[in-house]
Amino acid sequence: MPVTQNMNQLKPTVLAKNDADEVPAISVQGLVKTFGHSSNQITALDDVSIDIQQNEFFTLLGPSGCGKTTLLRLIAGFELPDSGTVLLHGEGIEHLPPHMRPVNTVFQSYALFPHISVADNIGFGLRMLGWDKAKITNAVEKMLDMVRLSDLANRQPDQLSGGQQQRVALARALAPAPRVLLLDEPLAALDLKLRKEMQIELKRLQDQTGITFVFVTHDQEEALTMSDRIAVMSAGRVLQVGQPKEIYNAPEHRFVADFIGDINVLPGQVKHRQNGKLVVMIAGGSEVHLPDDGIQSDSLFVAVRPEKATLAKSGTGALSGVVNNIVFFGSGTNIHVSLSDGVDFVVQTQGSETGLSLGDAVSVNFADSAAKVLRN
Amino acid sequence: MAKRYDLRRQPGFSQIAWFCIFMLYAPILMLVLFSFNDNRSVVKWTEFSFRWYTEAFANDGIRAAAVTSLKLALVASVFGTIFATMAALATTRTRPYRGMNLAYAIINQPLMIPEIVTAIASLSLFALIKQITGVTGIGYLMLAHTVFCVPFAYMPIRARLEDMTLTLEQAAADLYASPIRVFWEVTFPLLIPGVVSGAMLAFVVSLDDVIITLMVAGPGETTLPIFILGAIRRGITPEINAVSTILLAVSILLVAVFFLFQRKTKK
Repeated sequence: MPVTQNMNQLKPTVLAKNDADEVPAISVQGLVKTFGHSSNQITALDDVSIDIQQNEFFTLLGPSGCGKTTLLRLIAGFELPDSGTVLLHGEGIEHLPPHMRPVNTVFQSYALFPHISVADNIGFGLRMLGWDKAKITNAVEKMLDMVRLSDLANRQPDQLSGGQQQRVALARALAPAPRVLLLDEPLAALDLKLRKEMQIELKRLQDQTGITFVFVTHDQEEALTMSDRIAVMSAGRVLQVGQPKEIYNAPEHRFVADFIGDINVLPGQVKHRQNGKLVVMIAGGSEVHLPDDGIQSDSLFVAVRPEKATLAKSGTGALSGVVNNIVFFGSGTNIHVSLSDGVDFVVQTQGSETGLSLGDAVSVNFADSAAKVLRN
Repeated sequence: MAKRYDLRRQPGFSQIAWFCIFMLYAPILMLVLFSFNDNRSVVKWTEFSFRWYTEAFANDGIRAAAVTSLKLALVASVFGTIFATMAALATTRTRPYRGMNLAYAIINQPLMIPEIVTAIASLSLFALIKQITGVTGIGYLMLAHTVFCVPFAYMPIRARLEDMTLTLEQAAADLYASPIRVFWEVTFPLLIPGVVSGAMLAFVVSLDDVIITLMVAGPGETTLPIFILGAIRRGITPEINAVSTILLAVSILLVAVFFLFQRKTKK
């Protein structure tokens, strides 16, 4: 039976540990997935290609309906792609059913088996892989210890709190030591405090196990805190892949800039291009010098983070406007300035004393390096 | 505090409810009561006694009919439930396919067809088969009962499957369970309440059937309802009351066991 052979090759316990590190843990190439029939077809993934490195905490970030969960389900094998390939450590797996893929999933709803105990839930994958009882018991104890649930081994899942169920789901998915762990918005159902705790716990587990994590979330803060790298998705496409700092400081798309944190977006017009520099005239009349990354269009957007801009007395800066709102949020204050062309610009300052009041005329300053050109 | 809308406050509501309950259960109550009457009359009460129960148990005809009925109901409910489970899986646990709704309709259609039509159809088909093969026996009756039990068993099983989220089965597949193991490790254990209630419904329906049995049954294949029907032609006797009471007790017991079972699995 060729199928069985194939499965043995891919069983996590049989996998050779000395793979070259350069091979990505997951490499998806040109994935296309559509749902529905011709008349009302929805394109969930539109030519998606990503490489996820080994031992990486990789996050798929985007609003609901952007295709991030579909991508996860294609890696897990619950959906089959219309076209494209999924490589796991260099081996094509897109044709394999879920039970033959050495990846495990933590479901948003946890999906714990209600008819068996916590320990049996955690040992389920190992039992299916044909481990013997003593080894399973041992491994389950280790997992229970790792997620700090040793006292609850014999409970039924419905006797646990949400946070505990979450930890059982994690332990169950980690027990077979998968090559890649897929997490589908696992923290969405938890309250804020528990979510923060679990974020730290997840990072700890990833460090401890060295397993590649692919994490799906729509929460940009969660993505920034936890990830080694983030892929920002929208409408079935990957817009940008990078480290949290890159994504935050150097968004390439208007969507990415808007989605991650607060940002001021100003429409601009290219005045001229020279020596790899763009001279852009932005609304309000001032010029910014930006590195030319080969953008074709002459009309573009310039983005500036609120904390990268400063305010000065009227007439001394690049942009002038009037203070129309002052919002204190604890560690700092956001000052909303109405620019002369009507665009709202937010400047963030430290502390609560700004020395400004509503209606003051001010100037907004920012360094050229703080401004980013966005693709629309 | 604003008055809450409560159906019980509607004028006459409780009277109507009590009337309906009375109409439903009064005949059954009478039957049970007179099965304990120490008198041949089924309308005049004299004294409490188990006499008719003893006589019913001593009656060879009744005993043989009861055994036939139980055998038939057991075979029909077991096989009917197996087929119904397969049909329910095929109409809920597959990728939607062309004709899935048609399959669903075909499985349920026997519930809408007048039973007499099914009975006569079965009679002629079986007569033809008997003529060609020369095979006779209770097998035909078992087959007929199994077939009409399928839609009854199908309904609760399908309802249960539709309630069960697919995510659990996906989680099992994700944890290296092959499709067959997914079924036995996850789908089936969670489906048991549906299967049990389907089987009990099938059992009761088979136990109770008259029309199809009357048409299909060969000589000597007398079931309890057929026996009662025959006996009643010679006049209602308290013995029949006693047999009917036992039938009633069996079905109440089945339902009670089922509810207890379901409560336990839910916990």
